[in-house]
Amino acid sequence: MTDSVASLAAPANATPIARSPGYWSNVVRRLRRDPVALAAGALILALIVMAILAPWISPADPFQASMLKRLRPIGTEGYPLGADELGRDMLSRLMLGARLSLFMGIVPVIAAFVVGSAIGILAGYAGGWTNTLIMRVVDVFYAFPSVLLAIALSGTLGAGIFNAILSLTIVFVPQIVRVAESVTTQVRRSDYVDAARASGAAPLTIVRAHVLSNVLGPIFVYSTSLISVSMILASGLSFLGLGVRPPEPEWGLMLNTLRTAIYTQPWVAALPGVMIFITSMSFNLLSDGLRSAMEVKE
Amino acid sequence: MNGFIDARPPAHPDLGGPAQPLLSVRGLVKHFPLKRDFLSRRGGGAVRAVDGVDFDVKKGETLGVVGESGCGKSTTARLVMQLIGQDRGELVFDGVAVGSRALALREFRRQTQMVFQDSYSSLNPRMTIEDSIAFGPRVHGSRAGEAITAARSLLGRVGLDAQRFAGRYPHELSGGQRQRVNIARALALNPRLVILDEAVSALDKSVEAQVLNLLLDLKDDFGLTYMFISHDLNVVRYISDRVMVMYLGQVVELGPVDQVFDAPRHPYTQALLRSMPSTEPGVRTETAPLSGDPPNPIDPPSGCRFHTRCAQARAACAREAPVMTQNDGHAVRCLMHQPDSGYAASGALS
Amino acid sequence: MTPAAQPLVSIRNLEVAFQAGAKTVQALSGVSLDVARGEAVALIGESGSGKSVTLRALMRLHPPRRTRMRGEMIVDGRDVLGMNARELAAMRGPVVSMVFQEPLLALDPVYTLGRQIEEMVRRHTGKSAAEARARALSLFERVRIPSPERRLQAYPHEMSGGMRQRAMIALALSCSPKVLLADEPTTALDATVQIQILLLLRELQRELGLSIVFVTHDIGAAAEIADRVAVMYGGRIVEQGTLADLLRAPRHPYTQALLHGRAHGAMQKGQRLQTIPGSPPDLAALPPGCAFAPRCSYAEARCREAVPGIVPVAPGHEVRCVRV
Repeated sequence: MTDSVASLAAPANATPIARSPGYWSNVVRRLRRDPVALAAGALILALIVMAILAPWISPADPFQASMLKRLRPIGTEGYPLGADELGRDMLSRLMLGARLSLFMGIVPVIAAFVVGSAIGILAGYAGGWTNTLIMRVVDVFYAFPSVLLAIALSGTLGAGIFNAILSLTIVFVPQIVRVAESVTTQVRRSDYVDAARASGAAPLTIVRAHVLSNVLGPIFVYSTSLISVSMILASGLSFLGLGVRPPEPEWGLMLNTLRTAIYTQPWVAALPGVMIFITSMSFNLLSDGLRSAMEVKE
Repeated sequence: MNGFIDARPPAHPDLGGPAQPLLSVRGLVKHFPLKRDFLSRRGGGAVRAVDGVDFDVKKGETLGVVGESGCGKSTTARLVMQLIGQDRGELVFDGVAVGSRALALREFRRQTQMVFQDSYSSLNPRMTIEDSIAFGPRVHGSRAGEAITAARSLLGRVGLDAQRFAGRYPHELSGGQRQRVNIARALALNPRLVILDEAVSALDKSVEAQVLNLLLDLKDDFGLTYMFISHDLNVVRYISDRVMVMYLGQVVELGPVDQVFDAPRHPYTQALLRSMPSTEPGVRTETAPLSGDPPNPIDPPSGCRFHTRCAQARAACAREAPVMTQNDGHAVRCLMHQPDSGYAASGALS
Repeated sequence: MTPAAQPLVSIRNLEVAFQAGAKTVQALSGVSLDVARGEAVALIGESGSGKSVTLRALMRLHPPRRTRMRGEMIVDGRDVLGMNARELAAMRGPVVSMVFQEPLLALDPVYTLGRQIEEMVRRHTGKSAAEARARALSLFERVRIPSPERRLQAYPHEMSGGMRQRAMIALALSCSPKVLLADEPTTALDATVQIQILLLLRELQRELGLSIVFVTHDIGAAAEIADRVAVMYGGRIVEQGTLADLLRAPRHPYTQALLHGRAHGAMQKGQRLQTIPGSPPDLAALPPGCAFAPRCSYAEARCREAVPGIVPVAPGHEVRCVRV
């Protein structure tokens, strides 16, 4: 019976261990073979780059107004996509507007992902009364339609970007908690978690080592599908005057201020909406592609 | 042991000597309450999964556990592992009560490990094989490097080439390979008792034979004690020293395996053994030894739980609950073998 | 075999391949099998041997787009491979029907057993609702389900495992098929229930003159029910013969290894089991010769060159091995 702990010196000619590509490399590999997801991803990347470089690459000053050049149509000399109701170049405003629109689409989701996952995983792993308490509180929030809740919170907190982000985060946290709790409960019941408990690990260790790696993936995919919703809600809030304030360019706000121009310059007035549509579609398609890439079990 | 370097945490010392049972289970009870159904008249009650189980596991033996659906063998395994808490009853490991100050649960878990039936769901799909094996030792303080080296060494010991398998993920392995990994994982903490809960049942027969041989080799090399739960009576007979037969949450027979298989005393054991298909071409079973399905543990019959299906039941069997009676190492829970019971004087079952 | 006693099921050189992405999985590579009227044949093999594929191919249950089938399958005088959808639907039930391993997955959870049987009966025989109900009741009595009237109103999840399997057998028999295909019907059942179901199947075979094709990995279960046994490996039948032939005088190395690898009571304590080294072949990359050669202790060079042909070793006993 070999009881003694022998020397741990590794043999001099140790052959390397064959390593499989990890789960995420496989996901990336599958994504690379998905043309729709790639196209959507490329588009989003282009939009992000455009947003970052906007001040340097926009053809005109987004804030430069000109009463003479109000509501020029698309293709006007010097105004490739027309001019808005104050004579500002639409193309430049759309480019700069991408910053705030993308920002308000992504940041609330990231914040909600962090907060929601933490709460949801806690509820899912702890079970019992903790779970019941948390989930019933979440249910209260869930009872409100997102738009109404966003408007109500935003209205209470007041206008402004920070408040808009805060209220959107609060809107999304319950949804992410739901998904996180559900996935965590499933993982909690699996045999490998039992095996980990059987080896004497503390709950926090088990969550860190076993639960997180299996649970964050699905929660993340769900969260990416919320980005487009967040963008649209943020645009809606700006449209209602609750988010971004003029003269900051933001697509939803631009839709608001160009409202009356629908009768005179419909194409120009629709442009911010087109941008919102393209961006949120791309996020949705990317999220779908991500979900398919992550689901397949080889 | 052909090049195996044992880099595991040191084994626990033997406290009580060979005569002391490694594990002593007394009065184990676990009921799972049923949710009350407010809309219907039914409600309340509980699934009496384990209802008073006593047994010992001797050092160095393999105790086989057999029984059909609803008998409570898997629940018993989980109770022994303390994956679920019992309602009543106590576990004594090598003379020390589990959960007491002398033997904290965490320490107990280093000495008792389990291999589950489903080889795939027992492994974290996102962890490499070597990380899964190294997890236990690291929880108990081994350094990462040590634990990984020990894990690779163990992989070799269970018949898997560490170079090929250590860095892989569970879905890339076959069922037999995964089960070997599970065995390596169970051994990583250098336990004394290993519970095998239908560990080979889901494997193909040829793979099952390989894994059974491995289990026997490991038991000899590491001086392990096994609790082998299975529904396959042939395998249990082959691998066990003693066997325990369970029915509806209770132990109905316990004794040396050859004695129990060749001369079963409890009518249920007799029926169970006669249900094994005959592999003689000319000899065929003509009547099923037991009719009906194994009953539901929610509402067990009164008196002896088997009396509703027992060919030899009498009126006393419905009234009196039998207790385990020992007879030279072979115990049985049956009024027929209980000298002071009312069986002999009883009339027929109505 | 007299000319009058044509086999009820005749499979000749059946090849089945599945398209899985870029890979082609050759599930069956030339299976030939006959089942006479009233005969019970057991298909024994491990995972990947092709036994379940053979069964499902008989009823054309595989998704047509991804499956390529070649060869010949004649059931009750009709060519199954050439059937169109309507002929297939007419065959499934009245001629051939199937019992699956896990009734909970195979039965519709939202309909009572009675409804499911009635639906099947009415679809194929056009009986009235009352007649169909009576038929369902008689079927439940035939498979010995206690309190049959009450059980007809039960849903699948309300029944115990053994009862569900009996109900599934009743459903399969509802249109009086000539062939019953059973895909590991007792694997998931307890031992005392398994023997009941095996006896029931044997009884039905006798009373109804039913032919049964019984797929299993358990030689014991096959021994209780089969008249003839076919052992499959790597998508081919490697040995075929009567039960006595195979149990007493197995000729193929794989069959011998399977029989000797079983734990049984006569073994010495501590004696190790005889194992087959290696693992089953990858059906997407079958070796050119005998599929068992890589694991066979008697393999020679010629085993790896070409697939062994079928060699008769005794009347009714055939082996696919070059060494006999």
